[in-house]
Amino acid sequence: MATPNSPLWEVFIRSRNGLAHKHVGSLHAADATLALQAARDIYTRRGEGLSIWVVPSSAITASDPSEKGMMFEPAESKIYRHPTFYDVPEEVGHM
Amino acid sequence: MTAASITVSETPLVLYVLRRADDALVLGHRLSEWCGHAPMMEEDMAMANMGLDLLGQARELYGYAAKVEGKDNDEDKLAYLRDVRQYRNLLLLEQPNGDFARTMTRQFFYAAFSDLYWRAMMASRDTTLAAIAAKSEKESAYHLRHSSEWMVRLGDGTEESHRRAQLAVDDLWAFTGEMFAVDDSERGLIDAGIAIDPESLRTQWLATVARVIDEATLKLPANDWMQKGGRIGQHTEHLGHLLSELQSMQRTFPGATW
Repeated sequence: MATPNSPLWEVFIRSRNGLAHKHVGSLHAADATLALQAARDIYTRRGEGLSIWVVPSSAITASDPSEKGMMFEPAESKIYRHPTFYDVPEEVGHM
Repeated sequence: MTAASITVSETPLVLYVLRRADDALVLGHRLSEWCGHAPMMEEDMAMANMGLDLLGQARELYGYAAKVEGKDNDEDKLAYLRDVRQYRNLLLLEQPNGDFARTMTRQFFYAAFSDLYWRAMMASRDTTLAAIAAKSEKESAYHLRHSSEWMVRLGDGTEESHRRAQLAVDDLWAFTGEMFAVDDSERGLIDAGIAIDPESLRTQWLATVARVIDEATLKLPANDWMQKGGRIGQHTEHLGHLLSELQSMQRTFPGATW
């Protein structure tokens, strides 16, 4: 549906047991207050969250998918960056 | 329609609870009529959510009314098998949705009242009503916030939205007085500490309404003639149509379940 007066907002919810806000989706709303209300009505209906952030989608700077070769492939060959070559002592437990 | 209407023994407490249950059911049904038709998906969800809040309140209140009455009735019978003249809701709440501004204005006038009402009812000596009030108060508080924000944006929005919002305020204003009316049967419950006197909420209600209406650059009507009748079953022509849709399934297939 065309909503010329309603910019897009990205919604982040912090769940009951989560520490960080996680991106859950987007919505249209005329301003920040209405975006927060709409986020509450759309994304927390089943008790998903304890805190909501809404961010104008236009405020997000995204990487360019066509540059993913340059951006991400160089990391693929650097397996030594994964801390998998160390023996973790039993006493440390779950990390 | 084939299922006959029930009769209800309307003692003061049964009547009092039924009135509030009918308020919640009728407004909840009105909001549900927007499902799939709202101006935007976000509001479609918001109105359905508020409708479900009200339906939940209605269920608890009908269940309690049936229990107090102590006859063969239950929440379904009270909702589906009473005629229009047996309904006790406020006239305001049965008014048709109209456009989005009218629906939000109706919601705003009522939520500004019900928010105060349920908060005050948390102190009721009737522990069931106090418990229902505690749950309903949070829901009403959000309904007030939601509708208030929209009143401001519609009133202080475009020329068209302002015109529509003002028209809704003017048309619905005469239905607001009924919220504060008390009859003899309620007076006894107020004296017993079971009900609260709605008159004690009027000043605060008017202050909230006036503040939001002013921020919305709208005007409250000067006239103070108020319509009434819903509490004794004298309704506008709109409720019969609403009930014919709401009750058609149970009237046609009594006791149907799925």
